[in-house]
Amino acid sequence: MTTPNEWPLWEVFVRTKAGLDHKHCGSLHATDAKMAIQLARDVYTRRQEGSSLWVVRSDQIVASDPSDKAMFFDPMEDKVYRHPTFYALPESVDHM
Amino acid sequence: MYTQAMDTMTPEPGNGKKAVRSAEEMVLEERFEARIDAGDFIEAKDWMPEHYRKTLVRQISQHAHSEIVGMLPEGNWITRAPTLKRKAILLAKVQDEGGHGLYLYAAAETLGTSRDQLLDALHTGKAKYSSIFNYPTLTWADMGTIGWLVDGAAIMNQVPICRCSYAPYARAMIRICREESFHQRQGYEALLTMMKGTDAQRALVQESVNRWWWPSIMMFGPPDDQSPNTAQSMRWGIKRVSNDELRQKFIDATVDQAKVLGITLPDPDLKWNEERQHYDYGVIDWPEFWRVVAGDGPCNRERLGARVKAWDDGAWVREAALAHAGKQATVRRAA
Repeated sequence: MTTPNEWPLWEVFVRTKAGLDHKHCGSLHATDAKMAIQLARDVYTRRQEGSSLWVVRSDQIVASDPSDKAMFFDPMEDKVYRHPTFYALPESVDHM
Repeated sequence: MYTQAMDTMTPEPGNGKKAVRSAEEMVLEERFEARIDAGDFIEAKDWMPEHYRKTLVRQISQHAHSEIVGMLPEGNWITRAPTLKRKAILLAKVQDEGGHGLYLYAAAETLGTSRDQLLDALHTGKAKYSSIFNYPTLTWADMGTIGWLVDGAAIMNQVPICRCSYAPYARAMIRICREESFHQRQGYEALLTMMKGTDAQRALVQESVNRWWWPSIMMFGPPDDQSPNTAQSMRWGIKRVSNDELRQKFIDATVDQAKVLGITLPDPDLKWNEERQHYDYGVIDWPEFWRVVAGDGPCNRERLGARVKAWDDGAWVREAALAHAGKQATVRRAA
C-alpha cells in the first residue's frame, strides 16, 4: 500500500564483523541505492554495529510462502539419517 | 511509554466477536490462537485476525510517533547545552530517538499500512503519542530529568515488549532497549553533576523533578480497572505486564535513586509498605492525564504544529530526491 510519492522500501543487511554473515536488521525508505546505504549507516550502525552493509529493494526479494510452510519444509523431518547423531558407533571411536 | 495507545482505543464490542465468520476464517483463527498459546512468534506474512493487526498498527505507530515527537522537547536544548560534551551527548540521544522512530515505523509498515498513512494519522490528530511529550522543557535540568525519569519509565515499559508475539515489533524493541539504557544513565549522571554544584543548581534539579514526577508515572497509562483493552492484548501477547504493575515497579526502583541523588520526590504519601513489600504512593491526577491525552496539555498544539511544519517544509526535498532518482535511472537505462 505504498502511495506513488512514497520513497521505495529497502531491506538492510549488516555484517557485524569480518568473518560473519550479513544479517537482516530492518528496512528503510530511500530514493536510490546510494541514499539507502547512507541512511542504513545512520539508522542501523550508530554504535559500530557493522563493518559492511547490503541494501536491496524490498520488492526485489522473492520469499517462500508462509502458508506452504508445512508442505515445503516438513518433508525433511523424517530424514534423520542426515544427522550425525543417527549413527551409533562404539564408544572408543564415537568422537570421529 | 507507549502502551498508552491501547487505552485510548475504542473498546471492541463483545471482545472482537463478529456475527458472521466463514468456516475457513474460524479454522485460521483457531490455529492462530493455538500458536499464541504455544508462545510462537507471528511474522508479517502469517495470517492474523483483523483486530490483532489493527491493535498492533495502532500501538506500534503511536510508539513511533512518540519517539519522533519526543525529539522536540530535548531538541529545544541542543543549542544551549552547557558544555560541548553535554551537547554531543544530547545530539546522540535525540538522533537515537529518531532512529527508534524509524525502526518502529518500519515494523508498523510490515502490517500493510504505508508510512504516509501512518504520518497522516499523526498530522491530522487521528493518532496519539505519549502524553509526556506535551510538557515543556523549561530548564537545562529537564534534560537530566527526562533521561532519568521519562526514559527510565520508557525502559520499564519497553522491556516486556521485547517478548511481544508480533516478531517485527519484538525485534525493533530489542534494538531499542539495547540503546535506551544510555539515555537513562546520561540523564541521571547529568543530574548528579548538577547536585555536586551550587545551591542554585541543586534547586533547579529539585524543581525539575517536581514538575516531571507525576507526568512520568502517568506514562504507564490509566489504572488497570480503567484499561478495557488490556485483557485482550495480554491474551494475544501484545502486552505482557499490566499498567499498575509496571508503575509500581518503576516507583520502587526510583525511590532509592532519588535518595542517592539527594532530592525528594513530590509525593507526601510515598512510603514503604512492609506488608506489600512495595512503596505506597499518592493519588494520581487522572483528569489531568485525560486532558493531556485529549489534546489540552501545555504543549499539544505546539508539538503537533512543529511536526506538521517539518513535514510540509520537507515536501520539496522529498519530491526533488525522487525526481533525481528517476532521472538517474533513465540516464542509466539509456547508456
